[in-house]
Amino acid sequence: MYNFDYAKASSVADAVAALGADEAQAISGGQTLIPTLKQRLAMPSTLVDLTGVAEMQGIEASGSAVKIGGATTHHAVATSADVQGAIPALAALASGIGDPAVRHKGTLGGSVANNDPSACYPSACLALGATVHTSGGDVAADDFFQGMFDTALGEGQIVTGATFPVPEAANYQKFVQPASRFALVGVFVAKTAGGARVAVTGASESGVFRWTAAEEALSANWSADAVPAAPSADGMISDLHGSAEYRAHLVAVMTKRAVTAS
Amino acid sequence: MPSVSMNVNGRSVSGDVEGRTLLVDFIRQHIGLTGTHVGCDTGQCGACVVHVNGDSVKACNMLAAAADGSEVTTIEGMANADGTLGVVQQAFQDHHGLQCGFCTPGMVMTAADLLNRNANPTEQEVREYLEGNICRCTGYHNIVKAILSAAATMRGEQIAAE
Amino acid sequence: MPKDSGIGASSKRREDVRFLTGTGNYTDDINIAGQHYMYVLRSQVAHGTINSIDTSAAASMPGVHGILTGDDFAEVGGLPCGWQIHSRDGEPMKEPAHPVLARGKVRHVGDPIAAVIATSLAEARDAAEAIDVDISELPAVVDMKAAVSGSAASVHEEAPDNLCYDWGFVEENREAVDEAIKSAHHVTTLELVNNRLVANPMEPRVAIGDFNRASGESTLYTTSQNPHVIRLLMGAFVLGIPEHKLRVVAPDVGGGFGTKIFHYAEEALCTFAAKKYNLPVKWTSDRSEAFITDAHGRDHVTKIELALDENGMFQAIRTDTLANMGAYLSTFAPSVPTWLHGTLMAGNYKTPLVYCNVKAVFTNTVAVDAYRGAGRPEATFQLERVIDKAAREMGIDPVEIRRRNFIGADEFPYQTPVAVAYDTGDYHGTMDKLIEIADFAGFAARKAESASRGKLRGLGVNAYIEACGIAPSNLVGQLGARAGLFESATVRVNAAGGIVVMTGSHSHGQGHETTFSQVIAEMFGMPEDMVEIVHGDTARTPMGMGTYGSRSLAVGGSAMVRAAEKIIAKAKRIASHLMEASVDDVEFKDGVFSVAGTDKNVDFGSVALAAYVPHNYPLESIEPGLEETAFYDPSNFTYPAGAYACEVEVDPDTGVVEVCSFHAADDFGNVVNPMIVEGQVHGGLAQGIGQALREAAIYDPETGQLLSGSYMDYAMPRADDLPMFDVDHSSQTPCTHNPLGVKGCGEAGAIGSPPSVVNAVIDALQSGGHDVAHIDMPLTPNRVWHAIQSAS
Repeated sequence: MYNFDYAKASSVADAVAALGADEAQAISGGQTLIPTLKQRLAMPSTLVDLTGVAEMQGIEASGSAVKIGGATTHHAVATSADVQGAIPALAALASGIGDPAVRHKGTLGGSVANNDPSACYPSACLALGATVHTSGGDVAADDFFQGMFDTALGEGQIVTGATFPVPEAANYQKFVQPASRFALVGVFVAKTAGGARVAVTGASESGVFRWTAAEEALSANWSADAVPAAPSADGMISDLHGSAEYRAHLVAVMTKRAVTAS
Repeated sequence: MPSVSMNVNGRSVSGDVEGRTLLVDFIRQHIGLTGTHVGCDTGQCGACVVHVNGDSVKACNMLAAAADGSEVTTIEGMANADGTLGVVQQAFQDHHGLQCGFCTPGMVMTAADLLNRNANPTEQEVREYLEGNICRCTGYHNIVKAILSAAATMRGEQIAAE
Repeated sequence: MPKDSGIGASSKRREDVRFLTGTGNYTDDINIAGQHYMYVLRSQVAHGTINSIDTSAAASMPGVHGILTGDDFAEVGGLPCGWQIHSRDGEPMKEPAHPVLARGKVRHVGDPIAAVIATSLAEARDAAEAIDVDISELPAVVDMKAAVSGSAASVHEEAPDNLCYDWGFVEENREAVDEAIKSAHHVTTLELVNNRLVANPMEPRVAIGDFNRASGESTLYTTSQNPHVIRLLMGAFVLGIPEHKLRVVAPDVGGGFGTKIFHYAEEALCTFAAKKYNLPVKWTSDRSEAFITDAHGRDHVTKIELALDENGMFQAIRTDTLANMGAYLSTFAPSVPTWLHGTLMAGNYKTPLVYCNVKAVFTNTVAVDAYRGAGRPEATFQLERVIDKAAREMGIDPVEIRRRNFIGADEFPYQTPVAVAYDTGDYHGTMDKLIEIADFAGFAARKAESASRGKLRGLGVNAYIEACGIAPSNLVGQLGARAGLFESATVRVNAAGGIVVMTGSHSHGQGHETTFSQVIAEMFGMPEDMVEIVHGDTARTPMGMGTYGSRSLAVGGSAMVRAAEKIIAKAKRIASHLMEASVDDVEFKDGVFSVAGTDKNVDFGSVALAAYVPHNYPLESIEPGLEETAFYDPSNFTYPAGAYACEVEVDPDTGVVEVCSFHAADDFGNVVNPMIVEGQVHGGLAQGIGQALREAAIYDPETGQLLSGSYMDYAMPRADDLPMFDVDHSSQTPCTHNPLGVKGCGEAGAIGSPPSVVNAVIDALQSGGHDVAHIDMPLTPNRVWHAIQSAS
């Protein structure tokens, strides 16, 4: 790692101010950022630690929505009775990210802000129609994720949390990449009052996306049998763990399994 | 240079670190506890697992500065007060749950973390909890046996104590 | 009744207490006052010409003490290769120089270019980034078939066709094999890949060089399986340091699996730099660096043909193999695809004719050398896969076809057509045991249950044999080894009766401190904790060749037994003096010397004391003291063998293969510590299943970059990938030529398991209606799914 200064923010305002410095960068759980820094792929002047920001902690559940602070760990989400009660698929998703030690550190905000094309949380945000709370205001998930590692976050802005509407039914199916255990393909399906939403992570070169053909079919008939044939392999990731064709196939298989399990 | 202080295995320690100093480097190099190991640089292998404020974390994936003010437990803090092996450690020896010993500190710390949360895990739950700890020697068979045995021992002790 | 100590007891490991309490002493745990750190600048391209290296800016950066480049090693040797193979035409293999730091060219990603020594690792790395290296990139070749096609770039000028050697074995059988295949009733042909693997011991390599100006002695602390071998190779061939001025210490070592046998550049760099700068110099590999610098394993492409008669009896085997050497010849690399591979091609069978052709190929990849099993897994995999395919083609049960061809238990010693002679074995016996423990009878019901869940269940079986306990020195010398392969031990009895054994074997997870103590305790009738085992330090142990090839107990243990026998023989003479009896009448049992037919006796401790306090002692005929050294050179290899069965479930929708059960019936001869033996098998099975289903070192064919260069892409087996294993070693045909009757168990699991896993998947697919004859390892979900698609 190149050296950097370390600053622990105590509030969102404090964090945003610190991030105004040249080449300052936010760190939350650090489970992706620290390995990146070890490879000297980034050279921040200051790391602004968000994990001590009280207003970014915690989970609030109402009958219709679950609000999760950006600095809330995957472990906290996975074990939250509120999340388990309101959106069990979201708790299950959190319980499958990384491994126990990673879940004790990694946070929702970090995952959402990074928008790794193989991360799990972006698919939940997109499928549930979440609102992403940022230091620059609220952004609908549909507008937030803009391609691999690309989001609507402006310079110096941070994700402070997300609010997930409670669906009628939902499920997340993750097919793991055998080495990293990230999603080779992950599909989050949600049955909502406004229709079915299907979000796919891991598969596309454009990052997380909504599989609209499946949404239309499932809106008409919420059953595995209704899931259409696999989407086109064009634009799917092809690497040593899976061809584009294989990933496209898995999108359909995982969607069916998610609907069945929902 | 930030100054950090933390409580490691019941002992207060402090020191000046760089922003980039990892918790594992602070533990191994600044305070000389070399039982915590480094086996990879991508946060996958788990040889560096320690407990911070009661949670298992990868000490190679956490900045020392971020652990300022924390309670840290390493493998050196796992034996009984009289120096004999703790329940999990003893189970690893009894069931041959280690060979070269390099992954062992992380395995023991993860196992202890599991048993703190789940007194009666199934074999499958043990295997899943070890997802972030790689062992190249044992094929995990005897590690899983050791953890299941430690869980049984701990439950027995709790029953006896009541 | 299981014993509670000595030979045959599952004694708990004494090593464990330090490992479980964080007080082990691994190389990276050692810090020497004044220690500096080395960072190695490496090639980021697979092939290129070095035009210039400018270190001037880096040299003036903070903390930098010195920078070494290839020119600093102009006067010293390169890294030596310890085994010479001759091609079929009698020519010696091509043996290009292997410089400590690249000179003129870089030949693989990771090839070391410069070493920076600084007060901290971060400063050393910062300075390395400031070194200006001008490289003109050349086309790279990583694929073996492309490398020998005639149109590829040459990795070395000395081998323009990229061929290291073209080896044939058994050359005089070649025509007979060709004829047998031409005229056979049935020939089964299979082309397959033995996938390239990374050993990945959890402890990355570390080296610390230290120099004592007062004594002129250099010390190297290193993560090695064989410190004496490193001392010999580095001292004599690289740095020119006489052995009496060079000490090599390999303390607790966190796994090896072969890749820590070899002498690596960083060991020479640290030792050299420590002397040059008069500073302790430490280098610690990180995992990413390990992936591109540790010698890899396997990497064969083979075509095998098996000729059978109408009864399924094997008539002949012919193989053509390309074996990857990587960019440079690592320490024992040439031996792996040849003598450690061709000599096992008879397997457990009476095949009369065998011919193997092996072409070793240079590519722009890191060196390939021995990895757990080394050559024998490659032989076993080809043979046991082609047998399975033949059984399917001829409609013979896969167990039955093997049984028809097994060497019978009454046919030992058995001379194979591939040079080696098996001393003992009972292949029907291990197969019988396997069928019993694996409940073959219940398979149909399990398969039906899987089918009810939409899963395809398959059962795969194979036999295996390995040649271990490497090896008779005069034989390996004839085969091209440039070293002896004996082992040594010094047994020192202390005056108060405790025993210290200084062994040339090295433990890096095997538990020698426990096992060796059990043997000595048994021989001397004393508690195990009266025995101390010292290993891993050339200053404290006699010259020994180290631990690999499942040789520690068979060869190192035999040396220890021989030394102990010398102790007992001398102690008997002392005892005979003390008891005023003829030495011929003295018996030694349970730690007590006695005179047959009398009540005279003296315990071992009293004899030991007499040896060191020789007041009442026959000084005119016996030297005082009680310490003996033995060097043991085996008369043959040992031949562990067994039969393995794997059951898998395949998800046809995703291609996911789940290993439901794995059963292993092994014959290791006598067993000293059953608990440790079972643990060795478990670990080997995990590595074999890993090879079959998950692991692969994959290079980009265009750029020569290692694509699976971290645990993010190299799929190490995790706890939830594996089942509990069912292992059995009750079939025991003791080795006939070593004193303990032991055969070795360290590699069996890795050698024996890949074929049964693949056989099981093929069985699942075939019986599920998918006409898939073969899938190359690793059988990842992606590959299995594509195979299913191609078949339908």
